Amino acid sequence: MQSTETSSTAPAVRIVIAGSVDHGKSTLVGRLLHETGSLADGKMAAVREACLRRGVEFEWAFLTDALQAERDQNVTIDAAQIGLRTPGGRVLLVDAPGHEEFLKNMVTGAASADAALLIVAADEGWREQSRRHAYLLGFLGLRQIKIIVNKLDRVEFSEPAFRRLQEDGRTYLKTIGIEGAEFIPVSARAGENVVAKSPAMPWYVGPSVLEALDGFTAPLPLDDQPLRFIVQDVYRHGERRIVAGRVESGTLRLGDEIVFWPYHKRATVASIERWPVVLDSAGAGDSIGIVLESSAFVERGAIASHPRDSPIVSNRLHGSLFWLGRQDLVCGMHCRIKLGTQDVLARVATIERIFDPGRTFDGETATGSLPRHGAAEVSLELRRPLVFDRHERIASCGRFVVQMDHEIAGGGIVTRGEYPGERRETKSANVTESRGLITAADHASRHGHRGGVVWLTGLSGAGKSTIARALEGELFTRGLLVSVLDGDNLRRGLNSDLGFAPADRVENIRRTAEVARLLADAGSVVIVALISPYRADRAHARRIALEGGGDFIEVYVNAPLAVCEQRDPKHLYQKARAGSIRDFTGIDAPYEEPEDPEIVISTSQFSIAESTDQLLEFLLPRVMTVAGS
Amino acid sequence: MNLMPDLQAPARSSSHLDALESQSIYLLREAFHHFKRLGLLWSIGKDSCVLLHLARKAFFGRVPFPLIHVDTGFKPPEMIAFRDRLAREWNLDLRVSQNAGALAAGETFPGGRLSRVECCTKLKTDALRATLAAHEFQAVLVGIRRDEEGTRAKERYFSPRDGNFAWNVKDQPPEVWGQFQTDFGPGTHVRVHPLLHWTELNVWEYIEREHIPVVDLYFSRDGRRYRSLGCAPCTGTVESTASNVAEIIAELRATKVSERSTRAQDGESEDAFEILRAGGYM
Repeated sequence: MQSTETSSTAPAVRIVIAGSVDHGKSTLVGRLLHETGSLADGKMAAVREACLRRGVEFEWAFLTDALQAERDQNVTIDAAQIGLRTPGGRVLLVDAPGHEEFLKNMVTGAASADAALLIVAADEGWREQSRRHAYLLGFLGLRQIKIIVNKLDRVEFSEPAFRRLQEDGRTYLKTIGIEGAEFIPVSARAGENVVAKSPAMPWYVGPSVLEALDGFTAPLPLDDQPLRFIVQDVYRHGERRIVAGRVESGTLRLGDEIVFWPYHKRATVASIERWPVVLDSAGAGDSIGIVLESSAFVERGAIASHPRDSPIVSNRLHGSLFWLGRQDLVCGMHCRIKLGTQDVLARVATIERIFDPGRTFDGETATGSLPRHGAAEVSLELRRPLVFDRHERIASCGRFVVQMDHEIAGGGIVTRGEYPGERRETKSANVTESRGLITAADHASRHGHRGGVVWLTGLSGAGKSTIARALEGELFTRGLLVSVLDGDNLRRGLNSDLGFAPADRVENIRRTAEVARLLADAGSVVIVALISPYRADRAHARRIALEGGGDFIEVYVNAPLAVCEQRDPKHLYQKARAGSIRDFTGIDAPYEEPEDPEIVISTSQFSIAESTDQLLEFLLPRVMTVAGS
Repeated sequence: MNLMPDLQAPARSSSHLDALESQSIYLLREAFHHFKRLGLLWSIGKDSCVLLHLARKAFFGRVPFPLIHVDTGFKPPEMIAFRDRLAREWNLDLRVSQNAGALAAGETFPGGRLSRVECCTKLKTDALRATLAAHEFQAVLVGIRRDEEGTRAKERYFSPRDGNFAWNVKDQPPEVWGQFQTDFGPGTHVRVHPLLHWTELNVWEYIEREHIPVVDLYFSRDGRRYRSLGCAPCTGTVESTASNVAEIIAELRATKVSERSTRAQDGESEDAFEILRAGGYM
């Protein structure tokens, strides 16, 4: 729709227009487009015609409110993005909706912006949505914010009215950490102070809106920050494995030694590729491919850093969360956390300092549930370690979204977490501090590794017990505290009162999980070998282990039924086929394959030694990670 | 691997094009990761040719998904010749889709007394629908841009269409910090728009920098050229002397004529384009 533009080599500054419904955002945008000559020929005429058809006065907002539903109801539903010519070049305006119902669209528009104009109507003053938008702009990391006090014509262009709104605004903005914002009095409909200074407000000496837009600057390049390279995928081209991803911050150079987290794989950069050319270096924002010198196993979700500037790796995440979900967020709920290309299952552990940014800070509560459009401090327990940064340090790796029922239901900023280097400092500073109990971290620091539960599930004869014993030996020789809970052995003692009926199977697994948790809490790596055929039971075992604060690693020991039946080390398949035992998994009782195990071991394709190595390669970095909070 | 190490990297002065390119490549790779059955909607126009070039870049010279061309039967012959040449030279997996039933029955504009919008629906939307169903595509890459038109200005990078092909513009999923919703209910397919943040001028600047081939119809002949390519009966030309890419760029920097002004179906009514898009048009 907008066609004329000048082009410079710098990306255009993206400016979101926020504020409450009916305070004049779209009108201001329409005025700006027209008066700067940013509109294509015929656009004004088309809008004039559309207004005539509806029998309404000329409506500036129709220039961006392109949808019929928007024009019929005179409300912006979704954010429009449109280029604007300015004396300084070109900026991109994001006209956000102000109605509360469409807040997620405002967030979508504002999240990609570099700067913001927040519009407050002089006659209505600061409304719930004005405050909520102001909070969100700050939350989304926008630091360049200017306040437009619109509809000055409704208050006779009165300076005292403007000053009052300015004072109210400053008081509120201060409580949410926004200080020093410039205030500009405007009448968008009448075109006062939009492009040129307004003779109707001789008392105002500051810039017009257009001048203010040119005062915003594009974000600084992040090439000087610590390197973060996020992996999207690994593509195989013949023998070459190209690690495809994006440099989020910092600079990657040919020959650099880098570490892929969370599994601490070191590798040297042999080539940086941006087809069809190869590069010597890549900077923040660059989508590239890299080829590594050694064939380190790297997969989607990994983040690479330079060895000395590593990110945080933890299975606890603490942050400020803004909630858009259809239902309240409550402790204990399960969700997915997405950060960069990582996607991890999580459980909400705590929700604190809940407040509604739309009203005031008086409504702060201690704990409870987080309603739609509220904000809070939350902590999340993650099923796998996540790689991240504190937001104040590296923004793009310090923000995440919460996904629930497949929908993006919230956005979060990482506020806490210890970098590997900081941990030592914290410890030495706290030597005199007395502690009430021995924590998992204390155990970890004594043993040099973390406790955790390695849960081997699979058909009878798949090789669970054999691998469990082999893994036990490998870990023991490496000096780790390790123990094995084998299903058959447990049934001879602790679980000798249980049979194979469904309720007994559930109890068998529950007891085993509880014992595993106790041992893991004491710092042990506990290897459980148990058919555990039902997903629900394994999920329960996972919950029990995570409640204890330990790690839980589900290992699917996979071999086809035919192979297991042929092996039949205990002659159980033979008996099941003969009908002398019933409810035998795989024959007349189901085995539910894991949907999302941490690792799959195929014992029909690999030897015991190879299978154990695969498991070890996965497990060691994970239990040896003492970093994180 | 068609890597040419001797080529010089693009000059850093065109940083805005690098940023646009990187963002698009990121989106292409995300789409490829999330959707096993993905296709690229190739209209043979300049935008989808840029999209195709970006796909080659994103996957290091090899386009790992099929291209779909919705052939209405009314495309200028130059476009079809260009399509077939590129498909051959770049070794592309091209699937041509056509609503042969409607063409045979003469359900078209202007011959068949359909309106332009109805004809678009038959020959483009319905043909696309049949192709998506036949190949069970979960997602298609489409080269639309926000600056083209008012409803496209409100689009998402990952934009779901339900089983009836409808675009629920009143309830679009949020997109924050490079995170997109990619899981939807059965019957839904996703339109992925990797060029959404580009402008018409960006597209031509990029074509110039990357030497991307485009159909000759874009260049001036006898004082007129195509600004936007569509079906012959509904697409007009603009007055122009621009006979190469550099001249087009110079022309666009000065013009106040909108890009789709020559696409007659848009002008059939105030909401013509929105009706088309709500029903599944690109």
